[in-house]
Amino acid sequence: MVVGGLFASLAQPAAVFLALGQQTGDSPVIRSAAGWEHFPHEADIGVRGWGATLAEAFEQAALAMMAVITDPQGVEPRQAVDIDCRAPDPELLLVDWLNALVYEMATRHLLFGRFEVAIEGERLHAVARGEPVDPVRHRPRVEVKGATYTQLKVARTGDGRWVAQCVVDV
Amino acid sequence: MDPASFERRSDCEWEVPPQGGMRVPGIIYADRALIEAMDEKVREQVRNVATLPGIVKASFAMPDAHWGYGFPIGGVAAFDAAEGGVVSAGGVGFDISCGVRTLLTGLRRNDLQGHEQRLADALFAAIPAGVGSTGHLRLEDREMDAMLAGGARWAVQRGYGEAADLERVEERGCMAGADPGAVSGRARQRQRDEMGTLGSGNHYLEVQEVVDIQDPDTAAVFGLRQGDIVVSIHCGSRGLGHQIGTEFLKRMALAAPDHGIDLPDRELACAPLESALGREYLGAMRAAINCALANRQILTHLTRMAFFEVLPQADLRLLYDVSHNTCKEEPHEVEGRTRRLFVHRKGATRAFGPGHPDLPEVFRDTGQPVLIGGSMGTASWILVGEAGSEQRSFASACHGAGRAMSRHQAARRWKGRQLVDELAGRGILIRSVSSRGVAEEAPGAYKDVGAVVEAARCAGLARPVARLEPVVCIKG
Repeated sequence: MVVGGLFASLAQPAAVFLALGQQTGDSPVIRSAAGWEHFPHEADIGVRGWGATLAEAFEQAALAMMAVITDPQGVEPRQAVDIDCRAPDPELLLVDWLNALVYEMATRHLLFGRFEVAIEGERLHAVARGEPVDPVRHRPRVEVKGATYTQLKVARTGDGRWVAQCVVDV
Repeated sequence: MDPASFERRSDCEWEVPPQGGMRVPGIIYADRALIEAMDEKVREQVRNVATLPGIVKASFAMPDAHWGYGFPIGGVAAFDAAEGGVVSAGGVGFDISCGVRTLLTGLRRNDLQGHEQRLADALFAAIPAGVGSTGHLRLEDREMDAMLAGGARWAVQRGYGEAADLERVEERGCMAGADPGAVSGRARQRQRDEMGTLGSGNHYLEVQEVVDIQDPDTAAVFGLRQGDIVVSIHCGSRGLGHQIGTEFLKRMALAAPDHGIDLPDRELACAPLESALGREYLGAMRAAINCALANRQILTHLTRMAFFEVLPQADLRLLYDVSHNTCKEEPHEVEGRTRRLFVHRKGATRAFGPGHPDLPEVFRDTGQPVLIGGSMGTASWILVGEAGSEQRSFASACHGAGRAMSRHQAARRWKGRQLVDELAGRGILIRSVSSRGVAEEAPGAYKDVGAVVEAARCAGLARPVARLEPVVCIKG
C-alpha cells in the first residue's frame, strides 16, 4: 500500500511515500485531513482519496490514480486542462471524473500532478495541471485503461470527512 | 475457496447450485488446487452473472478465473435474445478483443544463436510500446471508419501483411456487423495515433522457442516442431476499446431500471439484446474487435520488418489469432436444439473443436489453435479445442495464467533491473521502457500456467499441443 498524507494535498504535493508492509481491506487508514492511498485488487489496483469536502476527496482520488502511472510529485504543472463532468450521483461522478482524466492524458499525451475540483450538485468542474509525458524523467509504468465501478464508494465517514474510491483497470 | 462448498460433478467440474436470484447454476472448471487458490469473489461473480435475464445453461468460469469487473475474468456466459437475453459491456471488458496472435518464423533455435541481442533491439525499436507511445499512422475520420468496418482485412489492403494472413484470424480478419457510426468521437480521438501500438501492463511481444511437443499429429498440422522459433503478440483494441467500454458501462448502468433489469452489481451493467442500446453496443463492440484485429495485423507487419533487418531468411506466417474479450453471436446446440446465442467470453478463448464449420480448412480436422499466453519469462502454451467443449462451455477455454498477487505486492517483492538481469542469466532478453512495469509483471506474480493448462485438459475443454519458452520479450 502506498499512502500520501496531508502532504499530497494541492498546496504542497506529496513529500513522502510510505510503503507499508500490510495491505488494507475496505477501511481507509486515515492519518490526515486529506490524502490518498492504493488498495489491493487481484488483477488491478484500487485508488482512494479523502478530504474535508467531496471536491477535496475527488482531488485526492485523482492523485492516487496518477500515482499508479508515475510519482505525481515529478509532474510539473506546465499546462492546464479544463474538465467538466455530469452524473446523477456522486459515485458515477467520481468514475466520470477519473475517466475524463484518462481521456485527456491519452489524447494529449499528458501526465497530471495537480487538481482543483469544484462540485455543485450533479456537476463537476475541474482544472488539471500537468505536462507532456517524458519517458525518461517520468518513467511511467503502466497505462490506466479506465476507472471501474468495482469497489466504487463515495461516502462520508463518521468524523464528517469524505472518502472517494474505486478500482482502476490497468 | 473451499472445494467442499461446491457440488463436484467430475474431477475438474465444480457446480454452484442455483440459489437466490440465480436463473441457472454456476460451473467452474478447475482442479482442486486451483479452486482452493481462487478468490471467494469468483464465486460471487459467477453467481451474479447467473442472475442476468436470458442466460442459457450456466454461468461458467474457466480454470484461470479470477476477480474481475462484474463478470469474473475467465467468465463465459451465453444469452438468448428471444428470451430477453442481454449484452453486457462489463461482460466483455474494457480491452475489447484483447488477444494473442502467434506467428511461425521458419527459423530454428540455432538460427537465432548470436543474433538474440540484435533481434531484441530491432523489435524494441520497431514496436511502439509503453505509456504515451504513438504509432506511425494517423487515422482521420473516413479512414477510421474503414478500419472499424474492415479490421485486419483493412490493414492488409493498406499494405500491412498478406491476404493469406486473414485466413488464420478469427472471423477471417473482419468482424461482421460492426457499426462505425456507434463509435463516439471520444473513442475515435483516443485511437487517432494509437494504431500499431502494443500498450502497457500485461501486453507483450515475445520471441519463443517450442520446447516440448505433446501432440505430434496436431503440432504437425499447426506447423510446430520442437526447436522452432515462433513470435506471439498479446494486445488489444487500445484506447478505442477502453473508451467504448467506459461509455457503454455508464449508459447501460443508467438505463438498467428502464429496461426492467435489477443489477446486483453496477459492473454487471447490461442492456437487452433487443433494445436500441443493446444493438448500438454490439455495433460499437464489433468495431472495436476490428480495431484490435487491425492493430495486431499492423504489429505483425512491424515484426516482419524487424526480423527482415536481422534475420532476412525468416518467413513469418500466421499460426492463428484469437481474441479474449468479446461477445459473439454463434449457433450452439442446447438440449438438442440449435439456438443463436450471444456468447460473452471475458478473459476466455474460443475453442472450437474438430469439424466446426467456422474454422479455416486447415484446422477442420484438428480443432482450432488455442493460444495461451504466459507472463513475461514463463512458458506459454498452444492448445487445441476439444469437440466436447461445445457442450461443456459453449466452446471456450482458458486464456492465460491469471495473477497470483497484486501489482503492489509484486513491485515490493521484485526490482525491475534485477529481474531483467536474472532473466538474462536464463537466456531471456527483456526490453521495456519501464523498470517498475517489469517488476509488476514479474513471472512469480502469476499463477502456474501449466496447472491452468492441465485443468483445461482434465475438464475436456482443450488439449495441450506444444509448450513455448520465451527468448526475447518486448514489454509494454
